[in-house]
Amino acid sequence: MTATQRPVRDPAAGTPAAAAPSATPAPARARRPRGRPAMYTGYAQNMALLNTGGKKAGVLVLFVVALLLPFLLQDDLLRLLATGAVLAIGAIGLNLVTGYAGQVSLGHAVFLGIGAYTASVVSGDPEDESVYGFGITFLPVWLLAAGLVAALVGAIVSPLATRLRGLYLAIVTLGLVFIGEHVFREWDALTGGVGVGREGPTPELFGFDVGTRSEFFSADQQLYLLMLVMLVLFALVGRNIARSAVGRNFAAVRDRDIAAEVTGVDVRKAKRLAFVISGFYGGCAGALLYSINGYIDPGSFNVLLSVQFIAMILIGGAATISGSIMGAFFVALLPRLTRELPEYLPFLSSSPTETPNVFQFETFLYGILIVLFLILEPRGLFGLWVRARNYWKAWPFSY
Amino acid sequence: MRDVLLTAIRGIGFGSIYAMLAVGFVVIYKSSRVISFAQPALMLAGAVLVSYLAGPIGFYGAVLVAALAIAALGLGVERATIRPMIGRPVFVIAIITLGLDIAIRVVVNAFIGSDVRNVGDPWGLSAVDVFGLPVQERYIAMVLVLVVTVGALFAFFQYSRYGLAMRAASLDQETAMVQGVSVGAMMALSWAIAGGLAAVAGAFVGAGGGIEQNTWIIALKALPAIIIGGLDSVGGAVIGGLLVGLVESFFATYQGEYLPWLGQNFSLVSPYVLLLVVLLVRPYGIFGTREVERV
Repeated sequence: MTATQRPVRDPAAGTPAAAAPSATPAPARARRPRGRPAMYTGYAQNMALLNTGGKKAGVLVLFVVALLLPFLLQDDLLRLLATGAVLAIGAIGLNLVTGYAGQVSLGHAVFLGIGAYTASVVSGDPEDESVYGFGITFLPVWLLAAGLVAALVGAIVSPLATRLRGLYLAIVTLGLVFIGEHVFREWDALTGGVGVGREGPTPELFGFDVGTRSEFFSADQQLYLLMLVMLVLFALVGRNIARSAVGRNFAAVRDRDIAAEVTGVDVRKAKRLAFVISGFYGGCAGALLYSINGYIDPGSFNVLLSVQFIAMILIGGAATISGSIMGAFFVALLPRLTRELPEYLPFLSSSPTETPNVFQFETFLYGILIVLFLILEPRGLFGLWVRARNYWKAWPFSY
Repeated sequence: MRDVLLTAIRGIGFGSIYAMLAVGFVVIYKSSRVISFAQPALMLAGAVLVSYLAGPIGFYGAVLVAALAIAALGLGVERATIRPMIGRPVFVIAIITLGLDIAIRVVVNAFIGSDVRNVGDPWGLSAVDVFGLPVQERYIAMVLVLVVTVGALFAFFQYSRYGLAMRAASLDQETAMVQGVSVGAMMALSWAIAGGLAAVAGAFVGAGGGIEQNTWIIALKALPAIIIGGLDSVGGAVIGGLLVGLVESFFATYQGEYLPWLGQNFSLVSPYVLLLVVLLVRPYGIFGTREVERV
């Protein structure tokens, strides 16, 4: 139960008179009148996780479809969707700090890297002389370790955010990516070094390795289901953070930090918490991402990765959890979509040595989509969805 | 001693390039309160243009044409993507420039190809003898071009009508507008100036070593420079740029000997470490104006 659902305390409740059994019974939980599904009679109803019938049904349908997908789609597409789910976890983390709390972070790649390496150290083979490894392959252990270490780094970084604002912070976090990349490249005992790399963490649950095929499912089907469950968990937690007092503090800091401070929000604490939470999400996403890929190259955690995450939350919709998820799946599936393009646009080549080719076009699309979404639809895919929803909600009187 | 001097000269040489790029960032920041992450792409575009034009019209002509062309590109970028966003949060505009950077670089990279491209500079790695020290000619050229361009810019801001108008617009847009300054035109002009500077810097980045697809990273080193100098100070940007160049150069020469545990190529990230250190001590840079907020 979050802070918002707590009933408003009766001012008389603290007095001795109220402690005695009172004549009037306590008001029952606010209940909707029959036949008025869109009417709210209490704050808690308005702030509920799924506050309309449409959302309840929609989420249920989405979840059922997502559970059925492994039996409908090819393995390679499932792997992409699993990657998308993991990216979505990372995007939710970035959205909490950048979208909700308004602290521009171009350093999300560092958190992913820290998470990935922490997890692979915890799960790594202790017999291997060249890199660290503790041999604990149980998924919750390495996932928590990854999240906590990255969150710790977030806490260490956060004083920067309390001292700096806006673009200064953006540039400093960009600097962190370069420093992080350097550390990953040079710390061979941790990362295996450039060009060598190391294995990602092993996704094992109760002695069952999710990453290898079993009797009933292929490896990709299992990974997809695992990542789907993870995404649902992280998204639920993220949504609850966003709609609780913590989330409202974040929004207050974003909208005007001085005003927030005046109204009693501890700005430093809010910023620190935002970076810690974002670090935790980023770390978990990094760990999970490389348990799908199975191999970590120390050069992967660069500026481009950070920019991709920024692209996810901006294309999806800043300060929305569902938007982060949409954006992440969009970015994850974009390469697959552009691969199909040469059939329709014959001037595009599918070989990387010729120009113009699909890989160039894909990168170009990232850039242009960021620009177009920000100019034309600042709320991103989420905004498009809201427009479509509102159109049909008022249909046939929508104009 | 000889090593120290040579290291310092190399630092000042590359520092001049960072300073030129940093001045471009600051000019944009002063007019639109935005950091343009598109500068790396513009720099690379300028360098590529020079590398193609140096053959037919010579290096100096190519630099001039490239500067004008990239200035026009900067103008176009401002017109098409920044002007519609006036009044929106600066973060959003900064991210737009990030998107532009990605898109422009794809096009530019297609012209670079996978190899190193020579920009056709007349110096290469040849050196002249200055007081018994073999100083590479390109470093002298870099310093000279910084002095000329930034000197011209200072004179422009200080003495010309348009310079005055730009300073007025940056100080207070509404008051400037009331006095008859076209604030929009001044914004466009500042983006053009920054584009031109980036193109010149790009040509000199390639001097001696040529350019490749990863060269854009160099332009990001101007970011520590402007932050160290203070976002809204042109003089601070020059000093910040030179400082970044010196720090990088000294780390490149001596870090392997004295601080080997920092790993190879630490010099490449040393500007960012310098940035962190400076910001923790002085959050608005050395020459920046302290932000005063009215509640």
